[in-house]
Amino acid sequence: MDEKTGEEARATADAKLIFEWLGARLPGAVLETFAGGGGAGAQDAFVKVAPPAIVDILAALRDEPRLRFDFLQNLTVVDWPKRGVFECVYHLFSYPFRRELAVKTELPRERPRVASAAALWKNAGWLEREQYDLFGVVFEGHPDLRRLLLPDDWVGHPMRKDYVEAAAYRGMPTSRPSPLDLLREHDRAARDAAAARGGKAG
Amino acid sequence: MSEIVIATDAGDEMTLSMGPQHPSTHGVIRFLVRTDGELMTEAIPDVGYLHRAIEHIAEKCTYEGFMPYTDRVDYVAAMTANHVWAEAVERLAGLAVPPRAHLLRVVSDELSRISSHCIAIGAMAMDIGAVTPFPYCLREREYVNDLIEELCGARLTYNYHRIGGVGWDMTPAWRDKALAFCDHFEGVTAELDRLVTYNPIFVKRLAGLAPVSAEEAIAHGLVGPNLRGSGVAFDLRADRAYSLYDRILPRIGWRTPVGRGEVGVVGDAWDRYWVRVEEWRWSVRIIREALDQIEQTPRGEISNPPKKLRPKGEATARVEAARGDLHCYVVGDGGANAYRARFRTGSFDAMTLVQEKSRGLMVADLVALIASLDVVAPEIDR
Repeated sequence: MDEKTGEEARATADAKLIFEWLGARLPGAVLETFAGGGGAGAQDAFVKVAPPAIVDILAALRDEPRLRFDFLQNLTVVDWPKRGVFECVYHLFSYPFRRELAVKTELPRERPRVASAAALWKNAGWLEREQYDLFGVVFEGHPDLRRLLLPDDWVGHPMRKDYVEAAAYRGMPTSRPSPLDLLREHDRAARDAAAARGGKAG
Repeated sequence: MSEIVIATDAGDEMTLSMGPQHPSTHGVIRFLVRTDGELMTEAIPDVGYLHRAIEHIAEKCTYEGFMPYTDRVDYVAAMTANHVWAEAVERLAGLAVPPRAHLLRVVSDELSRISSHCIAIGAMAMDIGAVTPFPYCLREREYVNDLIEELCGARLTYNYHRIGGVGWDMTPAWRDKALAFCDHFEGVTAELDRLVTYNPIFVKRLAGLAPVSAEEAIAHGLVGPNLRGSGVAFDLRADRAYSLYDRILPRIGWRTPVGRGEVGVVGDAWDRYWVRVEEWRWSVRIIREALDQIEQTPRGEISNPPKKLRPKGEATARVEAARGDLHCYVVGDGGANAYRARFRTGSFDAMTLVQEKSRGLMVADLVALIASLDVVAPEIDR
């Protein structure tokens, strides 16, 4: 247990140093920092940056010889309609230093556009296509920004919290009646028929 | 053949659609293949045929209620997807898991890895033309499935892990059976080495095929056996220890198996294959050691189920699945359901490599490339 706590303390100290370095390297780009170690639901360090700076920040974290965040573990979007933003989250990992860091940036929901990281990591292209598909976040400068999972002519972005599914896609209904309702209907009809005959159901 | 010509361009180049229903694309994946005879200019993957919106389902049911859906993230190795969800939610809610549950998770994960690699290795041999190894591997997978069925009741969509622990304890008889399987399986790996691994035709077919350098592997986000095949010694079990792997691995003399270019160049299709064979052997050793350590933990202490699960905040978890680093990101807003759950899987990143690596390959080698990356469609689409 002690060993784990020590590891956590080291990670938190490291994160603080990284934030300091980022602040000096790209003044004004860093909006909020969290060094992690905050217990349940708040163990992981993250840095929130201004949207226009995102690619510069990611490139700096990847290329700095003392950091080398060379693996884009995850790229995802979280929809926060109450705050009116899409939160774009990049989870980075450094193989040389075995270190993790999340980079976040908030985009306005009415105009969710951010520069693409496809030139930095080769898997970013597909990750961005998926997020574009499901959330409608536009990654500017992406070489091939098409839907990845859904059909090209799908309407809307289904992972948005306010998404309403169309009743049909190309004439095919998108929902079916519940089989439980059908069964109940069937039972009721059987009971009614039995009652009409004057006997007992079953 | 099952490829259908959908367009013939002027000149000698053809555009073919390979899949989505094609036996060697490992599930419903489609490739748009541009080819001049047998030589490909490019294969463009087209995915999404198996998209079941698992991340969306996670927002619609409770944290516990989502557990059975995680089986479907990767139905060839369901256990590790159980594990990563449990781990992520436990980190989110600050739950402690009893040691016996951790060890049972290790045993079930490794059994799941063995059975998944049975498919990977058997299917790979079959894809390049050797039919016999596939039923051999499936026979072994059935033994593993028997064991897992006794543990949790399922043979494909294993569902054993729970938030806070595991579903059921093993019986002493089950432990004996698992140990007997370990003894049996060691002989099988040697047999498959003779049958497949060092079979001259197999080696000739795969040596030097579609090599991926370490830099390329990292830039494409390859994980697990595909990453280690390229010579990068990184395994979450050893390098980001979870679930008491840090107590097990030092005691079995763990060395992360990495591709060495033994028959061709580092990171070729054979290296990726070989890493999986080695992982079989390590899994057996891990199971033995975990079953040994499990004896020192009190029977029945297998779960600390949360009384009321309303976590707030965010958490990530990473688990070494059969297809590598499975990453789960979960955001809670104090409700009974996850506000957002995200799974990043090994097959997804591996698919980003195919288009680049397919250039200049033979059509038959595309099949070998896909097989060596061990992609499964549900894990790409989720």
